[in-house]
Amino acid sequence: MKEVKNINIFITLWTLIYKEIRRFMRIWIQTLVPPAVTMSLYFVIFGSLIGPRIGVMDGLDYVQFMIPGLIMMSVITNSYANVVSSFYGVKFQKSIEELLISPMPNWAILLGFVIGGVSRGILVGVIVFFVSLIFYPEFEIVNLGLTILVLFLTAILFSLMGFINAVFADSFDDISVIPTFVLTPLIYLGGVFYSINILPDFWRSVSMANPMLYVVNTFREGMLGISDVSISFSLSMIVLFIVCFSSLSLYLLNKGIGIRE
Amino acid sequence: MSNFALEISDLRKIYSGGNEALKGISLKVKEGDFYALLGPNGAGKSSTIGIIGTLVTKTSGTVKIFDYDIDKNVSLAKSILGVVSQEINFSQFEKVIDIVSTQAGYYGIRSSIAKPKVKEMLKRLGLWDKRNDQARTLSGGYKRRLMIAKALIHEPKLLILDEPTAGVDIELRREMWEFLKEINNNGTTIILTTHYLEEAEQLCRNIGIIDHGEIIADTSMRDLLRKLDVQGFVLDLENPLDELPNIDGFEIRLEDPYTLVTAVDKSKSINDLFGQLNTLGINVKSMRNESNRLEELFIEMVKK
Repeated sequence: MKEVKNINIFITLWTLIYKEIRRFMRIWIQTLVPPAVTMSLYFVIFGSLIGPRIGVMDGLDYVQFMIPGLIMMSVITNSYANVVSSFYGVKFQKSIEELLISPMPNWAILLGFVIGGVSRGILVGVIVFFVSLIFYPEFEIVNLGLTILVLFLTAILFSLMGFINAVFADSFDDISVIPTFVLTPLIYLGGVFYSINILPDFWRSVSMANPMLYVVNTFREGMLGISDVSISFSLSMIVLFIVCFSSLSLYLLNKGIGIRE
Repeated sequence: MSNFALEISDLRKIYSGGNEALKGISLKVKEGDFYALLGPNGAGKSSTIGIIGTLVTKTSGTVKIFDYDIDKNVSLAKSILGVVSQEINFSQFEKVIDIVSTQAGYYGIRSSIAKPKVKEMLKRLGLWDKRNDQARTLSGGYKRRLMIAKALIHEPKLLILDEPTAGVDIELRREMWEFLKEINNNGTTIILTTHYLEEAEQLCRNIGIIDHGEIIADTSMRDLLRKLDVQGFVLDLENPLDELPNIDGFEIRLEDPYTLVTAVDKSKSINDLFGQLNTLGINVKSMRNESNRLEELFIEMVKK
């Protein structure tokens, strides 16, 4: 009998990552172009048309204030959307069986999908950043290290959330409910377009319970050096949630919930 | 190391709704065998295959693939297993060549090694000309070929095919039979489930029959077919007959003026029948089985 060897885990993992990246690049017109178009409209309407009437926000031009929030909004929605649609897609088409029958361990399956989501989230984030330079060419990043760190952590966090959503999803409706009714309102109310300092006390306190506020403000701290929240607390919470959601995702995969009969 | 490609012991599966699909089945398939796993719809075949491929979670029992336990050595067990599922399970929007290359990658095959393998496999299965087509544009037969290419790309030692020729035309079915015989002759152990019992009889050396979650037969094809007490034959006559001839000791009926149908008991020789027909001046042009022999036996067994 031929010798049976352990598989090369790096090749299996890279195969899945490459497949995931190829998937969103193949449909770039659905995945990469819409955020650029939508964000351009935000910059035109809120930046160029309404922005000058608003004046300054936290001491910055309104369009400049908006840039980190809009980039973060794109990163969050695209990381989430990539994993939720891709993983639900393989479940729906039953091509998940290719992965489950193969010797690839569950942690590698999770990592492959998350890296796919992170790749799209960051690529879209970079595209939106370049779009923003058209409207505000003098933009300068204050803390590049923190900016990149938050970019990655946010993309990881929302990719994991997309994964968990896809595991439990039984229909295409199930993969759009959370982005539409949970993520979008939280992002819009999470300080993308305004500083919570302009809110009355009550609503400022309510806003502090919105996790998006911490993500958006930490990123704004990295890009512009201003924030409404504590950076160390925000980073700790993001990391804590990443650990929790990774553990939950692995538990779901190991138990076969939503994917094995 | 044992010489079994597959060892299943006391395998049970109870689904969440309470349906007991497998009631503690045990089964051994020898290395190099071509084994048929038959059973009516809902008998437990797909549950068994699902558990072997880890697509279905078992309730209890053990499964070993070439001695590798699917619980303790899951990665090694899976690395030598290939499964052709009953339903199409590849991304319909990917190109044929990408689907097979990706599958090779999932088994840790380096791209430089996978490329020539993929090319050879696609050529062997007549898919090379369609390598850049999106999978969804393939006909049903080509999709089946793609399923087989995918399952074989890592050269598994045990290949399980769950109704691989369902809905495939007869020409392609026969092509597939030849292909499967070839890979079995080259050393791959094959387990096949099918509803075409002719297929099982043609290809497989050993057979297991599963019904209501239990194995009701696990034997060689030859021994199983020996159990048939009566066999039906259809005789095509050279000249037409107006009425049923008088033949002693054989049950016969005239299907049409040119066709006699008979049921021959195992204890009797068919030569006696030919002798009597010869005496009556009835010439037989050709003879064939009335229906598939295995089919008769299968129906009889699952009816009990």
